[in-house]
Amino acid sequence: MANMKHETVIGLEVHAQLLTESKMFCSCPNKFGAPPNTNICPVCTGQPGSLPVTNKKAVELAIKTALALNCRIEPSSVFARKHYFYPDLPKDYQISQYEQPLATGGWLEIEIDGQVKKIGITRVHLEEDAGKLVHVGAARIMGAEESLVDFNRTGTPLMEIVSEPDLRSPREAAAYTETLANLLRYLGVCDAKMEEGSLRCDANLSLRPAGETKFGTKTEVKNMNSFRAIEKALAAEEKRHAEVLAEGGQVVQETRFFDDVTETTSGMRGKEFAHDYRYFPEPDLVPLEPPAKWTEEIKNGIGELPRTVIARYMKEYELSREWADFLVYHELTGCLEGALKIYKTKPFNYARWLIVELPSFIAELNKEAAEKSNINKAKSELPHPWVIEDAAEKAAEDNYKKNIEVSGKSLPKLNLTPAKLAEIEKLIDGGTLSYKIAKTVLFAAIKTGKELAAIIAQQGLTQISDEGELLKVAREVVKNNPRQAEQYKGGKEAVMMFFVGQMMKATKGRANPELAAKMLKQALS
Amino acid sequence: MQIDVEHVARLARLGLSDEEKKLFGEQLAAILTYADNLKKLNTDGVPPTTHAIPLKNVYRADKAAPSPDLPAIMAGAPDKADRMFRVPRIIE
Repeated sequence: MANMKHETVIGLEVHAQLLTESKMFCSCPNKFGAPPNTNICPVCTGQPGSLPVTNKKAVELAIKTALALNCRIEPSSVFARKHYFYPDLPKDYQISQYEQPLATGGWLEIEIDGQVKKIGITRVHLEEDAGKLVHVGAARIMGAEESLVDFNRTGTPLMEIVSEPDLRSPREAAAYTETLANLLRYLGVCDAKMEEGSLRCDANLSLRPAGETKFGTKTEVKNMNSFRAIEKALAAEEKRHAEVLAEGGQVVQETRFFDDVTETTSGMRGKEFAHDYRYFPEPDLVPLEPPAKWTEEIKNGIGELPRTVIARYMKEYELSREWADFLVYHELTGCLEGALKIYKTKPFNYARWLIVELPSFIAELNKEAAEKSNINKAKSELPHPWVIEDAAEKAAEDNYKKNIEVSGKSLPKLNLTPAKLAEIEKLIDGGTLSYKIAKTVLFAAIKTGKELAAIIAQQGLTQISDEGELLKVAREVVKNNPRQAEQYKGGKEAVMMFFVGQMMKATKGRANPELAAKMLKQALS
Repeated sequence: MQIDVEHVARLARLGLSDEEKKLFGEQLAAILTYADNLKKLNTDGVPPTTHAIPLKNVYRADKAAPSPDLPAIMAGAPDKADRMFRVPRIIE
């Protein structure tokens, strides 16, 4: 057994909280960060006589995800009760789906070292989240004297996505999770923040001799709270398996927890009971049989998937991979496409606003807001920092609001519309504004919510394209810089740059650069 | 029909006396023996019955509403601390 080459086999179970307004089976708000036990009701706390009713939006979001993952939507799926006792589970069972899940048999393409790999998706199903425990007297459950329970999270719509054991390395597992998280955000079904627990991941890992087709004994790894943690945890577990096997030992099938600090996994202490969930069909909920017409509507609403959009942006729009990624994963494609529809110019020009200028606008607004509120904002970065007003992506806006609540920060909503973006490019192309002035104008428009024309008129920012007026300024500039004028006349043409700069200074940046150069040449001859 | 009453009781976190184990063992056996009658029938091609009533696709719209009776729910807690439910040590 020693020195034998092993192949690593990993399958992942990803749990994603769905971006709905209310919970899975009751009307309690699905909101993070509310005071403990305020978003609870008889249904989600399992009071006798209460009855669950399925949230249609949650089913829609899960179908949307399943379709984007190339799954087959099952003609009929049913909810089941999964029984176990734990203080965060008030009903003593979790409503989940078991033998008949919502969707099965899809795939997700991931990219690793420039190679595309298809990872099978076993199933997508719906269930409800459990409550949250705070352990008293210790940092973790081990050694805690008692625990406190907050049921706000209980009943939050949860979607479980199970992969086939197609992943062959910790890196692939991390890449899969990140690709999936990006897809969920893009679809607007989940904000996919691992650190906050809106996306959670459990992994099954086993090793087998190279060439073997049967699986080795697996362990389940839990408590990985970032993409990096997934890679580290699975690398540690992979190493542990290899060591056990190298010594001729046997891997014990068990659940292991990853410790972020020591970067190792450890088994649960104490006696482990074999799971006996006693699943049976939930009698209070009727089967889901999504009509083909509804599924079709949801499918049409998905549009292009990230990989397709990125490829198209690179080919048709001649954008770099990084820029295409940025636009897609920051939900900026709606704005870009909208602007292109209104005014056709090089897509690069719009992309530059969204990628280069917008973040600096936001940083500036953040800074001003921080100064205004006098709140210490050591980390003023927001996960989804901008909103495109009346862009198609309503989900993006909900996401934004959620983030604001999460971070407890109030930020001005950005008044950037595709129409404004189109207008600013039109003004640049028409010679009314220079790029530099356009930046000032757009920032002021975003900040104040005023129309571009109003800002330009109010601040007198139009570009000066009047030849007579520019000639007057040019003559003045030449008169004030006799030494440079001599140099130019002596053949040193590079001095022209200096004169254009002086023209810009004299007109506060408003001179049309091309005309300025033309008028300067006239003044210098 | 032999039933592992102790196992079933442990899964349901029930402590049973010897008399109860005997009594419930007999009752459960009688129920399951009765259900076993189904085995006498040919059920090939009959889909499993998950629900007794022919209803499907019953949904509610995704609208949030405040909880109707928070104080009543909290009042039902055997033990609490501020707004949290207090539970004993989970892992011994």
